[in-house]
Amino acid sequence: MSIVTVQLGQCGNQVGFEVFDALYSDSYCSQGLCSKKENEAYQASCKERFFSEEENGVLVARSVLVDMEPKVINQTLSKAAQSGRWKYGQHACFCQKQGSGNNWAYGYSCHGPKHEESIMNLIRKEVEKCDSLHGFSIIMSMAGGTGSGLGAFITQNLQDQYPNALKMNQVIWPYGTGEVIVQNYNSILTLSHLYRCSDALLVHENDAIHKICAKMMNIRQISFNNINQVLAHQLGSMFQPTYSAEDSFHYRRNPLGDLMEHLVPHPEFKMLGVRNIPQMAENSLPYSTFTWAGLLKHLRQMLISNAKMEEGIDWQVRPPLARLPALGKMPFNKELHFDTSIANLVILRGKDVHCADLGKRMLQWKLRSYVYQYTKFGIEEEDFLDSFSLLEQVIASYCNL
Amino acid sequence: MTQSVVIQVGQCGNQIGCCFWDLALREHAAVNKKGIYDEAISSFFRNVDTRVVGDGGSISKGKICSLKARAVLIDMEEGVVNEILQGPLREVFDSKQLITDISGSGNNWAVGHKVFGSLYQEQILEKLRKAAEQCDCLQCFFIIHSMGGGTGSGLGTFLLKMLEDEFPEVYRFVTSVCPSGEDDVITSPYNTILAVKELNEHADCVLPIDNQSLFDIISKIDIMVNSGKLGKTVKPRSLVTSSARALKKHQKPFDAMNNIVANLLLNLTSSARFEGSLNMDLNEISMNLVPFPQLHYLVSSLTPLYTLADVNIPPRRLDQMFTDAFSKDHQLIQADPKHNLYLACALMVRGNVQVSDLRRNIERLKPSLQFVSWNQEGWKTSLCSVPPVGHSHSLLALANNTCVKPTFMELRERFMRLYKKKAHLHHYLQVEGMEENCFTEAVSSLSALIQEYNQLDVTKGMPVQDLPRLSIAM
Repeated sequence: MSIVTVQLGQCGNQVGFEVFDALYSDSYCSQGLCSKKENEAYQASCKERFFSEEENGVLVARSVLVDMEPKVINQTLSKAAQSGRWKYGQHACFCQKQGSGNNWAYGYSCHGPKHEESIMNLIRKEVEKCDSLHGFSIIMSMAGGTGSGLGAFITQNLQDQYPNALKMNQVIWPYGTGEVIVQNYNSILTLSHLYRCSDALLVHENDAIHKICAKMMNIRQISFNNINQVLAHQLGSMFQPTYSAEDSFHYRRNPLGDLMEHLVPHPEFKMLGVRNIPQMAENSLPYSTFTWAGLLKHLRQMLISNAKMEEGIDWQVRPPLARLPALGKMPFNKELHFDTSIANLVILRGKDVHCADLGKRMLQWKLRSYVYQYTKFGIEEEDFLDSFSLLEQVIASYCNL
Repeated sequence: MTQSVVIQVGQCGNQIGCCFWDLALREHAAVNKKGIYDEAISSFFRNVDTRVVGDGGSISKGKICSLKARAVLIDMEEGVVNEILQGPLREVFDSKQLITDISGSGNNWAVGHKVFGSLYQEQILEKLRKAAEQCDCLQCFFIIHSMGGGTGSGLGTFLLKMLEDEFPEVYRFVTSVCPSGEDDVITSPYNTILAVKELNEHADCVLPIDNQSLFDIISKIDIMVNSGKLGKTVKPRSLVTSSARALKKHQKPFDAMNNIVANLLLNLTSSARFEGSLNMDLNEISMNLVPFPQLHYLVSSLTPLYTLADVNIPPRRLDQMFTDAFSKDHQLIQADPKHNLYLACALMVRGNVQVSDLRRNIERLKPSLQFVSWNQEGWKTSLCSVPPVGHSHSLLALANNTCVKPTFMELRERFMRLYKKKAHLHHYLQVEGMEENCFTEAVSSLSALIQEYNQLDVTKGMPVQDLPRLSIAM
């Protein structure tokens, strides 16, 4: 069961590269803790999911790279080729000459329809290479123009063309203090559109990951490379083959489906978050010992107290309900734990971040600042109002839980 | 990758342009060691095989044969352009890219705009179309001119309307040199106000610059270089004012100042040309920094002005760079953004600076700056990995700030002083197509702009209100 990844925009492409790199190194890493046979089964499963193989044995990532300007894609392709271990398909990328200018409307209304056919063709070619398509993982940022606008458009198209495949959007939430000034508009428009056509939205916050880099991993000068690597680590843990609770001899064939079955019980509640432990620098690993029980306990409390990293967890907070089935185990020292009890904070966190954003949005909206840039490309004021109301609705539903 | 065309108008425009091309060549020479014509170079230069006669010589890939600037040089008197064509940059320009006349505009906006505008309209349009055709994907026109004279001011702004009509999708970024208080042209207030009206209506983004600020920056550098403090020597090619001739004492008078502006333009486009972890294209500048179409005047500041010769840069030095960007000494226009209201601010960083350094400095500087209530986090950032020539990193800060209002008000003052007495007015009214209401319209356009800034200023210092959100029926 394969997963096709669509990488959109500068952020999507940079993160996507790190994800494939992490997936590759994890499955081909030489110091395993399990038996050889287990390792091989694991490798095969991972390979089938994320890579296809060329005649000479080189692994090609099942991925389509899309960007409206060439610099980042060129960089990504050459980084992958240089690593010598895996690479992207030569024709798996689509790029234009001029970027989207941080304008959601430009990405959605101009670039979308104009390049719809070419991009969908690329995706189709990638899908045809799979024995059985399981779903799509779409990596995009919300602050810019291509990732957000074109991403929303493509997700909608995927919904139409592949209604049976699951779509999980990896959405990168920008820094609170601004990377892009119009990020609030772009984010609101993206979220509201994605909510209608995606199956699940997995949110990664730049702020949170930045703190993890700073506190947990002790990196002095944090670069976007570091941030992307942590993100990839989290995604890797989620996507790696796992055993199911019933059957510990075969890997799950339906990773996305199972995840969503447990986590998205109602189409109204689609926002997900990831907590991953342990997070620590390479050098500290030899000095630490873990037990599953200890890790689980930390993770549970992290979820309950809405902490995003292992440090500074508030142990006083108690949950109202307490149903926590573990989903699966991994061969390596990583674990992923999704709390499926509905009343909990994974979901409330989605609400919190939302509220902060919408508040700011309304203030800008009142003065209609920057709106002329969007109306230039066909996004009218009603579209903004529609987005606001949809998101208010979502927040209200979460609050009601 | 997109291309940009530079249009240099008038004496000032052409002199700055000359420094710009010189610096651009040096920058690309430093980055592009293999001499392959790549996309970064193609944003400002064409690759031409000069042995081919006529138009067929363009080469799009492979080794660099001969680089030609994507530029159009316009001047109504021949002296400056001729000098460029005889100087070291003569190979970079094509004779087909020039438009010159003999008599000059006589420091008269009306002559530049009305007379030469109509006379040369067809020719200019043809050259522009040619330049656009030679681009794969033209994104932006950079217009360099001064506002106080006749050609740069009049013909330069005439161009804007033409560009808007002919190439509506292409951005128009204007670098305008404003006259300072003791300007040597008496009619400069008239020329400036008439030009500002055109800038208001037809430019996408304006970077005003004034000579006084540039001069102050140079004095500061001179003091630093000549003071010879113990242990502090300046790295030779790292001066923001340096050009190929800088190391000799007899540099031409405006060269140092023009180099600062050239640096501004290169840093502005660096993230669009070179790679980085957070790219920022030219269309993003307008998208993020211009919340309302008329308020498109950006205050720019450049750091560092020079690099000391010691090799390791402790993080404090990096932080100092950010602090400097917000100090008045590094601005290219006399204004006081710290005591006025920020509508938006962009930080374009080049070199080995990472996102955590950026975050840390934004957090540090935010409390001392006042942002408008609806854009409290109005920061746009970009990281480009390629540093400028001679430096290890640099920062360009572009601010959309109400501090340009006093500048405009002062201009209006000077204008009114002359206009009330109708001094020198007859030179303008003599020109066909000029009437008194051209002046009154220009002033009212400026006053409307000042009023808009006023309205924003009124909100300064007021507490941030949380507006009620839409309520949903559940």
